Amino acid sequence: MVVTLKYFGQIAEVTQKEEEQIEIKETLISELLELLYSKYDGLKSKDFQIAQNHELVTNETAISGAEIALLPPFAGG
Amino acid sequence: MSRYNRHIILSEIGPEGQDKISNAKVLVIGAGGLGCPVLQYLTAAGIGTLGVIDFDVVELSNLQRQVLFGSSSIGKNKAIAAKERLKDLNSEITIIAYPEALTYQNAINLFNQYDIIVDGSDNFETRYLVNDACIITNTPLVFGAIYKFEGQVSVFNHNNGPSYRCLFPTPPQKDTVLNCSDIGVLGVLPGIIGSMQANEILKLVLGLGDVLSGELLCYNALKSKSSTLKIKRNESIIQKVLNDKDTFEDNQINLNCTNETEEISITDFQFENGIQFIDVREPHEIPKVTELNVTYIPLSELETHTNSIDPIKKKVFFCQSGIRSKKAVNFLKSQGIKNCYSMKESAADIKNYLEHYNVITKE
Repeated sequence: MVVTLKYFGQIAEVTQKEEEQIEIKETLISELLELLYSKYDGLKSKDFQIAQNHELVTNETAISGAEIALLPPFAGG
Repeated sequence: MSRYNRHIILSEIGPEGQDKISNAKVLVIGAGGLGCPVLQYLTAAGIGTLGVIDFDVVELSNLQRQVLFGSSSIGKNKAIAAKERLKDLNSEITIIAYPEALTYQNAINLFNQYDIIVDGSDNFETRYLVNDACIITNTPLVFGAIYKFEGQVSVFNHNNGPSYRCLFPTPPQKDTVLNCSDIGVLGVLPGIIGSMQANEILKLVLGLGDVLSGELLCYNALKSKSSTLKIKRNESIIQKVLNDKDTFEDNQINLNCTNETEEISITDFQFENGIQFIDVREPHEIPKVTELNVTYIPLSELETHTNSIDPIKKKVFFCQSGIRSKKAVNFLKSQGIKNCYSMKESAADIKNYLEHYNVITKE
């Protein structure tokens, strides 16, 4: 299936883009992460949460959604 | 009440709503990029009691976004400078400035005196401290955070809603350098995010509209777009904070970017005007470095003599071996006093060097 990946903050700096579409088989979030870690150097050293269709998910969640976002915490004020 | 006429003529607010605003007590953590617009709009709106806590002083580079301050504020404590400006904006409300750092020791007592807490801090240490203290005191938290061109807004701990830990359970371990290093920010961004926080606060006080509880709003200034994501309350995470509440005050806040002390050596030291040299040895220890204008504050008395430390100037600490001077620098950093350095060499080495090289140091 095709999912749209959205990157925020420091994550978008690592991926050099704020959004992309990828083709992925029906699998778990953890496998998507492995794929992204191998694709993007430096992603593994970032802290972030993952949201699928605007809801937080864990590594064990099955990919079902159209949109998956990688959201880092911001410290600035 | 003509001051609040434009609120009162709104049927959704009216005189009753304005009374709610006048009776509200709101504490703002940090008078920085986010805190400034929050404070400004809450003061203008007539929030009855407005507290502001900040240990930091206003610097020239703050004025690009911290719109409450002017050139005359530079060098002043931010909470004090904010209060001075806000009193002119609205003298009918009570403004309380706390020119100190928020700590695990003062947070609970402080939060208990307010209805709503606003997070405008600039580091993860304080953000988790604020969140946990809000859970323990059962106080709603209006959260805002920024990064370069992006911002996040939410309301936590409201009506059994989620907390910041339900979104990000623990402080980031990986890229800790990002809390402190100056990474730059579009000046208007904290104005936008801070105004969104002020909006959430007024909705909470008035009981109007839909509060951003259980949702994180993410705003991108370059795209002028926002998206929201849902956050669910995680009962076990909140319970863990509550279980640890008796030991909460035993925690120590560490705002240092790293645990490394800024060390300098006399041999590559640039003598320039306006440096404060501080000898942290006990009075009986010799030799005294008479070649320099030295402030004498023994390490044992540093805590009670921080007012002898210039908040702005570059400060160089020395002692007999470089250990106490390091401790002094770490202590002052924990108090938010910047621009402190520890001299590697001993007082005797420094004296020797100055004599040998005939360095002209006294202004």
